[in-house]
Amino acid sequence: MNTVSSVASVPPLAARAPSRSKAFAIDKRAIFLVAYLVFAVLPIYWMVSMSFKTNNEILSTFSFWPQSFTWDNYRTILTDESWYSGYINSMIYVALNTVISVTVALPAAYAFSRYSFLGDKHVFFWLLTNRMTPPAVFLLPFFQLYTTLGLMDTHLAVALAHLVFNVPLAVWILEGFMSGVPREIDETAYIDGYSFPRFFLTIFLPLIKAGVGVAAFFCFMFSWVELLLARTLTSVNAKPIVATMTRTVSASGMDWAVLAAAGVLTIVPGAVVIWFVRHYIAKGFAMGRV
Amino acid sequence: MKPVNQKAWLLVLPVFLCVAFSAILPLMTVVNYSVQDIISPERRVFVGTEWFVSVMRDSDLHAALARQLTFSLAVLVVEIPLGIALALSMPATGWKASAVLVLVALSLLIPWNVVGTIWQIYGRGDIGLLGAALQKLGFDYSYTGNATHAWVTVLVMDVWHWTPLVALLCYAGLRAIPDAYYQAARIDGASKLAVFRYIQLPKLRGVLMIAVLLRFMDSFMIYTEPFVLTGGGPGNATTFLSQYLTQKAVGQFDLGPAAAFSLIYFLIILLLCFILYNWMQRVGTAAKEVVQ
Repeated sequence: MNTVSSVASVPPLAARAPSRSKAFAIDKRAIFLVAYLVFAVLPIYWMVSMSFKTNNEILSTFSFWPQSFTWDNYRTILTDESWYSGYINSMIYVALNTVISVTVALPAAYAFSRYSFLGDKHVFFWLLTNRMTPPAVFLLPFFQLYTTLGLMDTHLAVALAHLVFNVPLAVWILEGFMSGVPREIDETAYIDGYSFPRFFLTIFLPLIKAGVGVAAFFCFMFSWVELLLARTLTSVNAKPIVATMTRTVSASGMDWAVLAAAGVLTIVPGAVVIWFVRHYIAKGFAMGRV
Repeated sequence: MKPVNQKAWLLVLPVFLCVAFSAILPLMTVVNYSVQDIISPERRVFVGTEWFVSVMRDSDLHAALARQLTFSLAVLVVEIPLGIALALSMPATGWKASAVLVLVALSLLIPWNVVGTIWQIYGRGDIGLLGAALQKLGFDYSYTGNATHAWVTVLVMDVWHWTPLVALLCYAGLRAIPDAYYQAARIDGASKLAVFRYIQLPKLRGVLMIAVLLRFMDSFMIYTEPFVLTGGGPGNATTFLSQYLTQKAVGQFDLGPAAAFSLIYFLIILLLCFILYNWMQRVGTAAKEVVQ
């Protein structure tokens, strides 16, 4: 798709800017960029380095990198079920949420991008307002609702609750990508006798593959980082890793090394996913009806 | 332009049902709480607007609201220009672009309580790099003891966490500017500043609008990160609105007032977003007229 390839094919800005004092300008930019990257990476590096230290070393000596390198903290987490089940639970509800969000958002985004109908603009803005509800008090109604439905402590409960902020986002992003596909394609397909479902699945969907990927990435991301709803709606069977972390912190009197290792492990899935969609994420951020 | 087709509603219906289930039902429950005095689940008394009135007069809430507004304003003032600058300095192609993109985006994918944990570790005077370094420099830094330090630490943490969002939005916006614009500017002999002011900035208006709105509403509801880092302290220095609300709802279990509070809270966000949205649109239109 042209929208996607253009991300990579545009020549660097420096090449297009006036060439007067070019070398100097590039240097300034590079210095700023490197300074920011140091600022961005150092806190993470510090946690990674800590996760390879022993608690003894963390508290007694101050060293920039581990002196007595150890895998013990990771071993603790990966062999203890109360720890690693948290990762599995998180992945299950994040995956469920991503699938549901994208599936319901696809037809809606198509409707918003192709037709005008009663209240379309209002509904589109209303979707955005669902991101504006402060979570603290809404936790209790969620708790009551899911208790009544018998969904408490299931992966489905968290997946459904996270729809509040992920479905609007998915609709926004997909609508942006779909609006980039010329409407003539739809019309030609209908003239050729395609039914709507067949056209949508066999012709349209392949055209917006990148958009689906980006939308899925953002749903993954926001569901993965959320803590309050996930913690409220689960207790044992579906307890996410983020909740496991907060409870262990208070219970065991600061096991810094294990805490750091657990933190590192929560970053890994995100880092892997981001590597695969790196060419499209910037594009995805800019999508939306503006 | 687009054909009118009311049947399109059928395609929107699943989204509507999903969001209604997860948003409207809880919202109605909160409205229900806000007009009742809930003594126990069985004993409830209808109190009308009493909670709304008492919440509006709560001086602690006024203080929390003032802190919140200051914080959100500071977030916008720092993150938006920094994000734009970062986007301008990010390489556009090659392996460098990929690497920078991944490094910059990394902080967005970290669970929010882990963000708090990272900074909790990083800022500690005894075991944290930042805290230890500042103390070595003779700066008596302590985010748990000094209110100003705590506030600044929360702000720096937020800048670290969310500036990438602004940067990625602007980066995408910059990549979408056709080359012809730059060629025209080169022929005119435009300075770098002029290119930024008259080409890049106007073209970024759309993405900046999303960036400002998202950053505003998210910073206005910030909860998890300061909760883990400072727990709202020292004193009340970093007790923002969400934190105060939670103290009321969970700590004191004042469900009625807390519900009234969160409805007011929601309306404040909605109103401010609406004002911001309209203001930015007017500024954008005015700027367009100047250029033409």
